[in-house]
Amino acid sequence: MTVTLDRPASDAPPRADILLDVQDLRTYFHVMDGTVKAVDGVSFSVRRGETLGVVGESGCGKSVTALTIMRLLDIPPAEIASGRILLEGKDILRLPEEQMRHLRGNEIAMIFQEPMSSLNPVFTVGNQISEAVELHLKVKHKEAVERSIEALRLVGIAYPERRIKQYPHELSGGQRQRVMIAMALSCEPKLLIADEPTTALDVTIQAQILELIRSIQQKTGTALMLITHDLGVVAEMVNDVVVMYAGRVVEHGTVDEVLLQPKHPYTEGLLASIPSKGMRGQRLNVIKGAVPNPFNMPKGCNFSPRCPYQFEPCLDLDPHVDEGGGPAAACWLWKQAPGYSIPARLHEAQVRAALRAAEASQVEVSPVLAVEAAEE
Amino acid sequence: MTTEHRAPGGGTIEDIVAVPDNEVALESLSQWQLARRRFRKHRLALIGLFIFGFMVFLAVFGPLIVPFNPMFLPGAIKAGGDQPSLAHLFGTDANGRDVFAMTINGARISVAVGLFSMIIAGVAGVTVGAVAGYFGGWVDNVLMRVVDVLFAIPFLFIILVSSRFFGKGDVLSLVLIFGLLSWPLIARLVRASFLSLREADFVDAARAVGVGDRRIAFRHILPNALGPVIVAMTLLMASNIVLESFVSFLNFGISETQISWGNALANAQGALSFGDWWWAFFPGMAIALTVIAVNFVGDGLRDALDPRSRE
Repeated sequence: MTVTLDRPASDAPPRADILLDVQDLRTYFHVMDGTVKAVDGVSFSVRRGETLGVVGESGCGKSVTALTIMRLLDIPPAEIASGRILLEGKDILRLPEEQMRHLRGNEIAMIFQEPMSSLNPVFTVGNQISEAVELHLKVKHKEAVERSIEALRLVGIAYPERRIKQYPHELSGGQRQRVMIAMALSCEPKLLIADEPTTALDVTIQAQILELIRSIQQKTGTALMLITHDLGVVAEMVNDVVVMYAGRVVEHGTVDEVLLQPKHPYTEGLLASIPSKGMRGQRLNVIKGAVPNPFNMPKGCNFSPRCPYQFEPCLDLDPHVDEGGGPAAACWLWKQAPGYSIPARLHEAQVRAALRAAEASQVEVSPVLAVEAAEE
Repeated sequence: MTTEHRAPGGGTIEDIVAVPDNEVALESLSQWQLARRRFRKHRLALIGLFIFGFMVFLAVFGPLIVPFNPMFLPGAIKAGGDQPSLAHLFGTDANGRDVFAMTINGARISVAVGLFSMIIAGVAGVTVGAVAGYFGGWVDNVLMRVVDVLFAIPFLFIILVSSRFFGKGDVLSLVLIFGLLSWPLIARLVRASFLSLREADFVDAARAVGVGDRRIAFRHILPNALGPVIVAMTLLMASNIVLESFVSFLNFGISETQISWGNALANAQGALSFGDWWWAFFPGMAIALTVIAVNFVGDGLRDALDPRSRE
């Protein structure tokens, strides 16, 4: 069977619909031992008012992508080797630092992973929010303070008039993350980048914060780029998904396409590794092996050493996602390698084996496998 | 919990976040306020602060209070001077100068040299250290090599040479020489804190809302780096007070037409062997007392400004 999927872009949204368009971005770090290609040819786009999820394991380049968009990386050691980042058609990689500063916080804002350490311990909460307001909106201090109070109210902080006089150490982790969100949204940016905003919080607070981000997003129409490694969060929050592995996009599509019909074995592995209730007492499913050494990337497909479906072209041809309306997964199993035909039997044999194993252990089967099995 | 603070869209957020009134009503203490509170619990530091405050008071008002001008010669001119007596509390020296008046008057120069050289070293050191640590790269390299050079030359040697050739034996030149030579220590300290704080999450967060370099360096990072610097500056002041007396003792410092504690000691060089202890004892005690007091204050500040020491 063939799964035909259209990329979000080829759904033909008008260009004006795209707020942020990242094209072939490459961010390298020059370090003592050589060059780390942390982001190596990444392309995706964020539509106005919508949410893009960026998924992948630690070290896959998610955060570096975000920091590159914000232009917060120190150059050197970082180098933006190629690519364009178009915000409403304007390439922000070419903006002088002075203009970029006006953009940060004003048009693109960012929430960080660690609320505990992202607030300056020596200033009050109100000070830090109103600083952002005063920097970008030409308002008087008094008005900035009022806006800060409003922002705190918006993020669900009780008694904001009194909270603004408090210091970060007096707030809990969840409250601090709310403050960070208030700070990020105080100037009504068009794009909010949230880099694992709930990773450092406990589970109940996580749900509240995500709910908060979503409700504010609906209210303000801010587009959201949500970086996470939690597929549950993705399923709940996002419209489109980009899956990253070792500095590259291996698959992208709408959330339904990616989660229900994963095309790349890596995505499939990620989905299979989510623990479920039926698995009590079982070993967790893991993707075998480890992320490749950044100084010594495998030839061909980056994922091939860990891929259960690996066949000949994977070892010497690079199945990089072709950004010209091409396929949505960087996988030879899914797209045709020139000169090779997809060994259907191998694939089917693997799938059947996977299914048998799954049935034996009563693991929740990833839907694509179930579909294929049913069609056999 | 009242119901008026309902969050839009359900109210769940507010219910969980809201805390009882009394918690919010608690006094909000900044780090500085907390530090002040911790400092007040440090008894030795309070004593030190009191003594140092007293010395500063003497330095400012002392000469107005003391009945004798030390350059006048109220006592009799005789070898060995007079022992301490009711007329001359700390005795007199061979020229008939009143040692009490000398000690009080000496405070002015000694404290001024310590205090102002500290301020110069602080301003220069913080600026250089902040710039080097924040920008890094070649800026850091150049500035730190200058610091290395200053450290490499024997400190005392430069001080003696520069006070001989540039100093005029007045307070200002001594303040400048001490201040401009002792900032490298502060600069290294500030640079080290900046290097680590530059990577702090809150710095990234500040940059992400569009704060510029200068504001980040001096408004966001500096207050966080100031604790150890303040401690180092107090200790620097103590050592500069000692240094003044030492340099003056060697006759490279304050000229003999003025009185500092170091000068008073220099004056007593020969007297000790004749058993005229009071010439040296009182100015010496003044130096020791001030330096110990300042060190206690530095110690108290070290504890108070360390965020990890929570009472």
